This record gives sequence, structure tokens and C-alpha cells, in this order.
Amino acid sequence: MISHELIPNNVNLSSNKRLQRALEHWQPRYLDWWREMGPQGFQDYHRVYLRTAVSVDPDGWCHYDYVKMPEYRWGIFLTPPVKDRTIGFGDFFGQPVWQEVPGEFRNPLKRLIVLQGDTEPASVEQQRRLGQSCPSLYDLRNLFQVNVEEGRHLWAMVYLLHSYFGRDGRDEAEEMLERSSGNEDKPRMLEAFNEPIDTWLDFFMFAMFTDRDGKSQLMSLAESSLDPLSRTTRFMLTEEAHHLFVGESGVARIIQRTSELMRQTGLSGDVRRVGGIDLPLIQRHLNFWFSASVDLHGSEISTNAATYFANGLKGRAKEDSWEDHRALHGTYAVDVFENGVGLTRNVPARNAMNEMLRDWYIKDATAGVERWNRILERGGLSDRLYVPSRRFNRKIGIYADQHFTPEGRPISAEQWEARKHEWLPTANDKAYLKSLTTRPVFEVGQYANWIAPPSKGINRQPLDFEYVRTDE
Amino acid sequence: MSQSSLTSRIDFETRPDLYRHWTLSFDGPIAVLAMDVQEDGGLSSDYRLKLNSYDLGVDVELADALQRIRFEHPEVHAVVVRSGKERIFCAGANIFMLSGSSHALKVNFCKFTNETRLAIEDASAHSGLKFIAAVNGICAGGGYELALACDEIHMVDDGSAAVSLPETPLLGVLPGTGGLTRLVDKRKVRRDLADLFCTIVEGVKGRKAVEQGLVDKVHPTSRFLPAVMQRALELAKTSDRPTSGPGVTLGPLGGEVSDQGVRYSHVTLVVDRERRTGELTVRAPREPQPETVEAIVAAGDGYWPLRAFRELDAAVLHLRLNEPEVGTVVIRTEGDADAVLGVDRMLLTHADHWLVREITLFMKRTLKRLDLTARSFIALIEPGSCFAGSLFELALAADRSYMLDDPERPVSVALSGMNAGPLPMSNGLSRLQTRFLGKPDFVDELLAETEPFDAPAASDGELVTSAPDELDWDDEVRLAIEARAAFSPDALTGMEANLRFAGPETMETKIFGRLSAWQNWIFQRPNAVGERGALKAFGAAQGRPQFDWTRT
Repeated sequence: MISHELIPNNVNLSSNKRLQRALEHWQPRYLDWWREMGPQGFQDYHRVYLRTAVSVDPDGWCHYDYVKMPEYRWGIFLTPPVKDRTIGFGDFFGQPVWQEVPGEFRNPLKRLIVLQGDTEPASVEQQRRLGQSCPSLYDLRNLFQVNVEEGRHLWAMVYLLHSYFGRDGRDEAEEMLERSSGNEDKPRMLEAFNEPIDTWLDFFMFAMFTDRDGKSQLMSLAESSLDPLSRTTRFMLTEEAHHLFVGESGVARIIQRTSELMRQTGLSGDVRRVGGIDLPLIQRHLNFWFSASVDLHGSEISTNAATYFANGLKGRAKEDSWEDHRALHGTYAVDVFENGVGLTRNVPARNAMNEMLRDWYIKDATAGVERWNRILERGGLSDRLYVPSRRFNRKIGIYADQHFTPEGRPISAEQWEARKHEWLPTANDKAYLKSLTTRPVFEVGQYANWIAPPSKGINRQPLDFEYVRTDE
Repeated sequence: MSQSSLTSRIDFETRPDLYRHWTLSFDGPIAVLAMDVQEDGGLSSDYRLKLNSYDLGVDVELADALQRIRFEHPEVHAVVVRSGKERIFCAGANIFMLSGSSHALKVNFCKFTNETRLAIEDASAHSGLKFIAAVNGICAGGGYELALACDEIHMVDDGSAAVSLPETPLLGVLPGTGGLTRLVDKRKVRRDLADLFCTIVEGVKGRKAVEQGLVDKVHPTSRFLPAVMQRALELAKTSDRPTSGPGVTLGPLGGEVSDQGVRYSHVTLVVDRERRTGELTVRAPREPQPETVEAIVAAGDGYWPLRAFRELDAAVLHLRLNEPEVGTVVIRTEGDADAVLGVDRMLLTHADHWLVREITLFMKRTLKRLDLTARSFIALIEPGSCFAGSLFELALAADRSYMLDDPERPVSVALSGMNAGPLPMSNGLSRLQTRFLGKPDFVDELLAETEPFDAPAASDGELVTSAPDELDWDDEVRLAIEARAAFSPDALTGMEANLRFAGPETMETKIFGRLSAWQNWIFQRPNAVGERGALKAFGAAQGRPQFDWTRT
């Protein structure tokens, strides 16, 4: 069962007894998990036009073909090693990177990998019912592409656990299949991954904002002194780019369609009359997913982050672009809110690692929202979307116990209760979104009324390509 | 002792003709151990051992003398501990030695001296050897603590001889060799009287000392020694030791000490200073072992258990004092487990024979020394090992044990009667009883098993921490050692000392737990060792110590 044929890899699986043994046990459980918790209703009778990673060659790392999802060839790939790579940050700066896990850091490294790994199957679980309300075969295929690759990212983390963390690692890998999103007894580790994603707008926003957090986390792990972790996450970033594209372009196509419908309705904004998705509803979803993803970066001032950095376990995105790789003496300006006043504090740089990553993230996400606004601009509309203040709707960190408007202005708990429906998705919003998608669009080349067709197809295929086929 | 003296090796091997501070003489069933410390004979020239004060070198001789009385002189039934100096019994540990010592050396000095005093009590309780302290004059601090370790304390009543524990009022530290514990636990001195006693620098003399239970008897100067010898003869009559020899001479161990460690015939300690790890290996007998008691006596110090455990004892002491940074030690065994079990059978069958009894008691003390060593021990049970019976105690003494589970290269462990009680820990329980404190019946079940335990059975029987298979083994073991070696040495010392000794308190556990822990805390505090601390101020021209008056 465990063969190079079925599991594409560049880790010498065929001669790695330890990995084979671990996978022999784990893979059947993974497949059971996929059937039970993966996309509902598309397991046995549908063939999906999917890309599969088959090598690490930048020019031909994947190939496209129709696949039944349970037969997808989840592989294990590490970006080829950088010769003589040295540790890029922290107390061990300049020393050779680690090819083995140092005993001293076994537990924190395991924790980092488990935390990253746990999010991958979680998102598959969150999105498992979405296929039943898809706006097109193109979108259905994109959803499944994201799902199978999140599955592969779980494999990537499990590979590290199996290869470098002994029996403990195998136990942790099993537990990742035992926890599940929203499960009362064994929920996923991070709260943002325990809410179902049951509308396509939520899915696109998740892929835009939460997968972007995934990207910044992967970028910081790609700097790790543990070379296999660094190489694994660098390859994952190759795939993650497509997930962000699905999210950003999905929302963009909704905005495109909304802007068209707004012109049809005389710019009254009442696009629901013609089956469109109004901009305030989009903004509320943006607010929710942005703030939840900002939370995922952790506390503004963090001793954990400082320890990870000091020990070289987890760095900053694009560490090369920083000047001081030890970050021992510098400080970082962190916005805080104390006694009702917003001010800036100079925090020892190592304690501010989460905030540095968050700043990178906010900049990256804001640029994406600006690209959306250009669609509105091109459509001749004056309405604009905005990125809310980082203080808004936080559950983690220094803003967690207070309330703020999307502009970042402090308000009382009563004011928050009175106005939060203006800023965050409401039951009414959800009901409306669901009313739009009671019937999935499975016809080749057709697109739901509330979303514009993409500008081009997948892998140079036309828009009316049969991205998902049904077996007779 | 200067800091630098830690870098010069401390040798624990000696013999009577090399003693500088003690003389050992024999008169029928009585041995007389006379302390006459050479002032300039300290391990370091930084201090002078005045007034029969002692340093580690003095105590190494005392420990050696006790061993030799036990093994070489079975005809001795009572021991008189006296002074070779006029009107001075012993002034205790040398203060200038203490104030000049590193923390690690102070701690290990106290630990060793405590073990020596407990060995006196062990001989009294189990070997048929009674001890009388003949206090002829100054008997302060560690001097009185030495006396307290004896069965009886006799003091001269000359109007000036007194016993005292002046550490608190004079030095701002504690009596570090069990004095406080023995006052109230062994001699059952009332706690308020003990409190008073411990705050009076000049101590207590004569009748009053007897009334308070601080000594057993006082005698006028003229009748002092004859009275002591008379009493020693009476005590000797209670002994069950043989009336005549031959004893067994304890020859030199002939270890090869090098920068890489120490190598004996059955025991090797190899150190890796860069990784701060060591590998301690104990080998099973390779030659046929005696099958009769007569053959054991004839084999003498060449008999495997005596030889191997003497070597183990020496290796552990070497580790403690000479390799202070080697914090994590892997314990291995090598050889034929059946040979070890064969020796165990002999020891159990002839447990009443004086020499067999002494050997078993010595194995017990050596294993206790291992329990009390502030290093992390990890037993590795691999193919070719012989963790059986008495050698399985090494795995039980370790903080963790890893056993290879590889059907291709099977390995087993085995229990024997030696795991059932003859080798108790300082808490009075066997290591198995301590391990399974919550399920005493399980210990009996395990001991009833006559077959060796393979890795799955040992794992089911909870005899090992973990049994990784051949694919996991290298990594699991490497990671366990690396992770251990990275933790704070202080936290590990505290953690291990707390986890190793589950179960009841004994005088011993109180000495090594409560007394030593508080003493080691005080030894770190500025009130003792700061520039104006009491230890530094003692005998210096700077005057009274200056204390930080905050109580915890």
C-alpha cells in the first residue's frame, strides 16, 4: 500500500522503513477521515480536474487530471536543500541549520508543527458541505483543489512528526485525525477553525484572510533552524498561493457582479432585489474574517514568540529583509491601548515577533482589499471597502477585553451590543446568502447570478470546461 | 579549599598506612578509631585544620576505616571513636574550608560526610558493630554530629568539656551532618531544649548534658577511658559477628583515571564534557563465581559483587566530586544475566554469613549513594545487557529507563530476591516498593515471576519507562539525553530529589531532604556567603556579619 507510485515524494520513502511503517498505520486512518470528514457527496461518483504535486521541479511540479478525490495521490515534498544553509536568526545565528531535532527543542518544535498541522484538516472539515451550494463547476473544482491540498499540508506536517518525533510524533499524528472542527469533545486547537464555513462568501473570505495568516505562519516557519521544517513549509507555500488566489478572485468576482447589478439598479445599492450581494454585507464578512485572522497571530507582546525566536524555531517572514537577525537589543513600536488611550510602546523586539508578523499580514491583506476597490472604481462606483482597525472585534491579545468600532474608536459594551450588527455578519445576512444558493450550479459553463465568471479557466482550459465530472 | 581545588582530582581510595588524620588500633573485640588531624594535612593549603577540624580528606579516611573494620576485622564487635588530642574531641568541619569552597563542593562534602555517619548507624543496626564516642573535650558542630552517629556518647566531666551545635549563633548556617535531625529523632531530645541547645555557642557540659539527653554518660577524667573501654566490652557482647577472622582485605581497585573518565575491571565511567554526559557501564562476572561460603571468603575482594560495587561506588564518587558538569549519565550493563542471578542466589542463600551480609549491606549503601547523586540517570537496556536482580536495581534507581524492543535482537530484564528487600532505599522501602507505592500487590506479582521479562512484558509490567522499537530507538534515546542535558541543573536536582523518594520519611530521608535542602539554601544566601555574611565574617577582621533581616 505504501509505495512511491501511490505517494509521490522526494524523501526516499521507498527506502525509509521508519516512515513506511508510520504511514502504513496512519494512511488508512487518513483515508477514513477524508471519507467521513472531507467534501460531502463528492467522494465516489465525481471526478475532479485537480492538480497533483509530483515533483519539486519549479517548471513542472504538478500535473492536472481527473481524479476521484479518495484516490488523490497525496504526496510528500520538501523544497531541495539550500547548500550550507545557516541559521538565520536568534541566539544560534550563523550556525549550521539542524538536520535532526535537537532534544532540547523537541517539545516546542512538536507543538509548533502540531498547531500548524491541526489547521489543515480543520479547514477541510469546516468546508465539507459547501459543494452542495456551489455557484459553478469551476468554483466547485477550486474548492476541492484547496481541500485536497490542505489534506496534503496535513501530510506534510505528519511527515515531520513521523520522521523526527518518534512515538510521540506518531501519537500526535493520530490525534490530528481524532480532533475535528466543531467537535464538542475534541475540537480543533484554534477557535477560528471550529466554526462551520457554510456560505461561499465565507469560504472566499476565509481563503483570502485566514489562508493569508496560514501563509505568514508558513513564511515564519520557512525560516526555522530545523531544515526539514523549513523545506517542507517552503513547498507548502507554492500551493498556498493558489488558495489565496481562490479567495481573492472569488470575492473579486462577487464585487464585479455586484457592481454590474448596482448599475442595473440605478446605483441604488439595493442589489438584493436582483439577486446580488450588497456591499455592506460583503464589508461585514470582511470585518469578521479579517479580525478573526488577525487574532490568529497571537498576543501583541509574547514571551512564547520571544522564546521561539531566540531558539531559532520560528522566525519572521522574510528574515533576510530585516537588519538585526538576533533582535536582542532593539525595540519595536507596538500600538497599545491603556486606560482609554491609544499609544505606542517600544517593546523589546523579541517580544514583538507576533506583532511584526501581524504588521506584515495587515499590509498584505490591505493591498488585496485595495485591488478589490479598483473593481468598484472601474465600475464607476464611489463605494469602497475598507480593512477594519486591528483593534476591532479581537478575542486574543491586548484589545480582547474592550470594544472598538471598525475605525478603532473605543466604545462601551452597550454601544457594541447596539451596533455590532452593523459591522459583523447577521443572521439575516446568512439567511440571505443561503437563499441565493439553494440550488447548486452544476451546468457546464454556467455561473450563479451573484458571481461573475472568472477571466480565465484553470490550466488554460476554457470557462465552459467540465471541471467536475459525474460518473454514469 | 579553593575553587581551583575542584579541578584537581579528589581521590577516595586510601588505606590505613596512608592515613594522616586517624589511627586504627585493635584490642580483641574492640577497635579504637582515634582522630588526630594534621593541621597542615588538608586537601588545600588555603586553610589549617586546627582543633581536629576536618575537611573531605579527613572524612575519606574515616569512611575507609569503617569499611576496613567491617570487612577486614570480623572479630571486632565494638568501636570506640576518640580523639588523639588532649582536651579536644573534634571541632567539626573546618570553617575556612567551607567559606572558601564552591557551592558544589560544599554540597558534596556534606553529602559524603552524611553518608559516612549513616554508614556508622547502618553498621550498628545491621552488622553487629556498636559505636561509642569518647568525648574528651571540645565537641562542637560536626564533632558532636559525629558523636551523635554513635550508639552512645560518653563525655569527660572536667568542668570544661561540652557538646555544642554553634552553627546558627556563630556561623549563620546549620549543622550539616544530621545533628538537628538526630537530636530530636534519634536521641529524642525535647524540641524546646534542642532549640535552646542549638543557640548556645559554648554548648552544654557535664550532668546537664546527660539530663537533657545530649550525651549518655559523663565520667571523671581519671576514670574516663577505662570506663569507656569497659562499656565498649559490654556492647561488644551483643554482637553476632564471628569471634575470629579471617577477614577480607580490601585491596586497591587499580582504576585507570584519565581525562575521558575512569576504568575499572567491572565498571567504566566515560565522560563527554562537551555534551555534559557520561556513560556508566557495569559488567557481569565473566569468570565462574564461588559456589560455597568458604569459596566466597577465599575469593575475598575479588568476589564479583564486592569488587563490582566497590568500583561502582568509586565511580559514583568520582562523578560527584571530579566531574561536576557531567549532568546526565547513561547507565548500561554488559554480560551474562544468569551469572548475576547466580551471584544473587548465593547472597540470598547465605545471607546470615557475616561476609555475605557485609557485601549485601555494602551493595545497599552503594545503590543509596547512586539514589542520592544529583545527576540525571537514564538506564539503557540493550542487547548484551544484564539488568537482572541486583543489577536491575540500577535501572530502578535511574530516573528513566529505555528498553529496546526488537524481535531480531531480543533483550530481557529479570528480577530476583535481591529486588525484594535486601537493598532498600533510604526511605526504608525497596526500589520496587517505592516505584509501585500505590499498588503493593503488584510488587508481589512481579516478584513471583520467575522468567525474565522481554521488552513487551517489561513494558506491561511497568518495569521500564519506555520500550522503543529498533526504528525509534536511536532517536528516542538521543532526544531523551539531549533534552535532559539542556535543562537547568538546579531545577533537575530539585526535581529528581523530590521524585526519587516517594513513601515514608526516615531519619535518612529527613537528613538528605529537609536538612540538606535547607542547608544548601542557606549556603547560597548572602546572609551566609555574602561579603558581610556570617561565614565570611567568622574569624575575619571585619566584625559582625550584616544580615538582610527579611524572614521568608
